[in-house]
Amino acid sequence: MHELSITQSLVDAVLDCTGDRTVTGVNLRIGRLSGVLPDALRFCFQLLAEGTPLAGADLRIDEPAGRATCHTCRQSFILPDTIPLCTCGSADVEITGGRELMLASVEVG
Amino acid sequence: MSSVDGSVAVPEPVHGDQHRHLHDGEHHDGHQHEHEHDDDGRQHPHDHDHGGGQAHSHDGAHDGGQEHSHTPVTTITLEQSLLARNDLSAARNRGWLAGRAIQAFNVMSSPGAGKTTLLVRTIEELGERLSIAVIEGDQETSLDADRIRRAGRPAVQINTGAGCHLDADMLRRGLDALNPDPGSTLFIENVGNLVCPALFDLGETAKVVIISVTEGDDKPQKYPHMFMAADLVIINKSDLLPYVEFDVDECFRQARQLNPHVEMLAISATGGAGLDSWYDWLIKNTQTPASHAGAQPHPMTSASQV
Repeated sequence: MHELSITQSLVDAVLDCTGDRTVTGVNLRIGRLSGVLPDALRFCFQLLAEGTPLAGADLRIDEPAGRATCHTCRQSFILPDTIPLCTCGSADVEITGGRELMLASVEVG
Repeated sequence: MSSVDGSVAVPEPVHGDQHRHLHDGEHHDGHQHEHEHDDDGRQHPHDHDHGGGQAHSHDGAHDGGQEHSHTPVTTITLEQSLLARNDLSAARNRGWLAGRAIQAFNVMSSPGAGKTTLLVRTIEELGERLSIAVIEGDQETSLDADRIRRAGRPAVQINTGAGCHLDADMLRRGLDALNPDPGSTLFIENVGNLVCPALFDLGETAKVVIISVTEGDDKPQKYPHMFMAADLVIINKSDLLPYVEFDVDECFRQARQLNPHVEMLAISATGGAGLDSWYDWLIKNTQTPASHAGAQPHPMTSASQV
């Protein structure tokens, strides 16, 4: 359940920035290859936000797909899971997206 | 209005008009609302100080008696990693270790793969050549640290309680407690778990992932993040290979598919097979920095080890 400590980092990072202001929205980018489950993170957020100015904030999570480029056939493609394999059969594949684990922005009201 | 630590301000004298509204935040003496609100919907920061520590909303025109809030919303762009705090602590650890010429190996596996057994044997057989110290991470007990101390080397135990991994701040506290000698070799035995520790950089020199043949050769596919993060994969309990269905080559193939730069060894920590390769790897990576497959820069060069 690494989402709990990641969510604690999230709450701390937001509060560092917003202080006492009421936070109405939090926008995250959690790539599909990042190893973090958005649902688990949402669950943890509810627990950890309680009693802070983040309580009740709208947690929006953008989940960019995995993307990769094949060094053998040169094509760029969507990677459905973490196994880096091109449809041409090559494993010489560079992951170019989907591992994001970012706090994009917050909204304060 | 003065309500020093008051929970509710006295309403009557404040608002001359008929309306009343509740301030559920405390307003300390002399607290002024003096900013202007444009009506164009532009956002603005409130930079005045609220001693009470809680947020409240302001609005110029109150026409009811009800709660009110700003409609404008300020969006603050942050674009920072969710792991930023851990990564900063890890960078501090990396610098601290480099300054003392300590090579640190983050050893990860599922529970029971043989981490502690391998470390105890390594201490016994390599103790003359390397000054070894160990930080043990477990949810509870100091059983593993006790085993290391019985082998004659210093160890501290970090109990993570409910936590399923070590993070860089925990390692920091472990380093403070252990105070390993300059030039020593530090093993960080992470909490037994093939999932969570993969995401947390500790500031280590290299990550060593151990799986045992009783766990099945499909572990790299099932736990790709761990194997992508690894610098060295060790398959342990090779003495049990005749009794289990475990294809070492297939396991290596899967790991290499995830992580083309990973190094791999098959050993038996109890039987002794393959341990020479492990010791060679260790000596190589304690004399010169690990050929780190990950993106972490290594601040120390062999030339600085004086």
